[in-house]
Amino acid sequence: MECTTRSENGFTIVALSGEVDLHYSPKAREIILKYLGDKNHVLVDLADVSYIDSSGVASLVEGFQHARTHDLKFALMGVSEAAMQILQLSRLDKVFPIIASVADADQL
Amino acid sequence: MPAADHSEYAIEVQHLDAHYGERQILKDVSLNVRHGEIMVIMGGSGSGKSTLLRHLLGLNTPTRGSIKLLGIDITQSSEKEMFDLRKKMGVAFQGGALFGSMSVEENVVLPLCEHTELDENTMRIMGRMKLEVVNLAGFEHLMPAELSGGMIKRAALARAIVMDPRLLFFDEPSAGLDPVAAVELDELILRLRQVMNITIVVVTHELESAFKIADRITVLDQGVILMTDTVEAVRNSDNPRIQSLLNRLPRDDAIDTDEYLERLTGI
Repeated sequence: MECTTRSENGFTIVALSGEVDLHYSPKAREIILKYLGDKNHVLVDLADVSYIDSSGVASLVEGFQHARTHDLKFALMGVSEAAMQILQLSRLDKVFPIIASVADADQL
Repeated sequence: MPAADHSEYAIEVQHLDAHYGERQILKDVSLNVRHGEIMVIMGGSGSGKSTLLRHLLGLNTPTRGSIKLLGIDITQSSEKEMFDLRKKMGVAFQGGALFGSMSVEENVVLPLCEHTELDENTMRIMGRMKLEVVNLAGFEHLMPAELSGGMIKRAALARAIVMDPRLLFFDEPSAGLDPVAAVELDELILRLRQVMNITIVVVTHELESAFKIADRITVLDQGVILMTDTVEAVRNSDNPRIQSLLNRLPRDDAIDTDEYLERLTGI
């Protein structure tokens, strides 16, 4: 897994790529929680994620929950079909704010 | 998810013989399961299907033959290889095999506690996500004794898939369930394969369930594989033993008087 971050439109964009699995999800979790902990609004870009497992999704859930309790904005961006199916399995597609691109972040 | 091995098959069983004491239970069983395939092992009581499952799980050692799971021969593998392989396998036992002194949630996250060093929050969320998947959300604090039969099976399935396994073994998913619960569980198995591309082996004697979920069916009878083929081919088989199984006819084998008396008298 690779992880890059950048700032855009008042959001910190955490872009994950490759496989977000048991091995790498703790790293993704740490980065997401760090930016939220520093009071940043966060978009997690999943466009280049080839595979995400339950531990990766759990890290996203934890980030979203943290954002909600601290009045911060949080959304998933560029969710692939494969990742969407994993979210749908536990109905999380109806829970997470999901946007297509940064341009849609205004609606959050 | 990428495959670790390059074989067409996730499971390869070659010439397996198994005995309990002197008694031979499996006779020259060979069986291949493709990646992402749902293979149903079907047979009557005493056909050897549970014994075959125990061998596939590495719980029993065969007298002869090899069993490769994801390219690793578990009859020859080291403890380390087996340990790593078990992280990629999920098993839902017939009776659930939940620990009675632990809550549903503690049961479900147990494989994560055993095999990973994930944060406790992550593990708890993963466990609850899987309880959502099997429609047991909100029941995480109940004890197994407080669950119905269908709920126990679903909790066992949640535990079996909590690590996102590549191989899932399911022993008698519909046995003892009411028809609606059985259909729901079948649907769930199909969905898991579709979304997670898990290779699934289901052992059952429930015909309806087998026909609904299987890509291919292996019919075991008295320790021998009668056929391994598509649902349609099994349905249309003219093998009398398969037809009697499908039509629920009692066995009508010739009886060897000497053997029979020996079994009863032990002399």
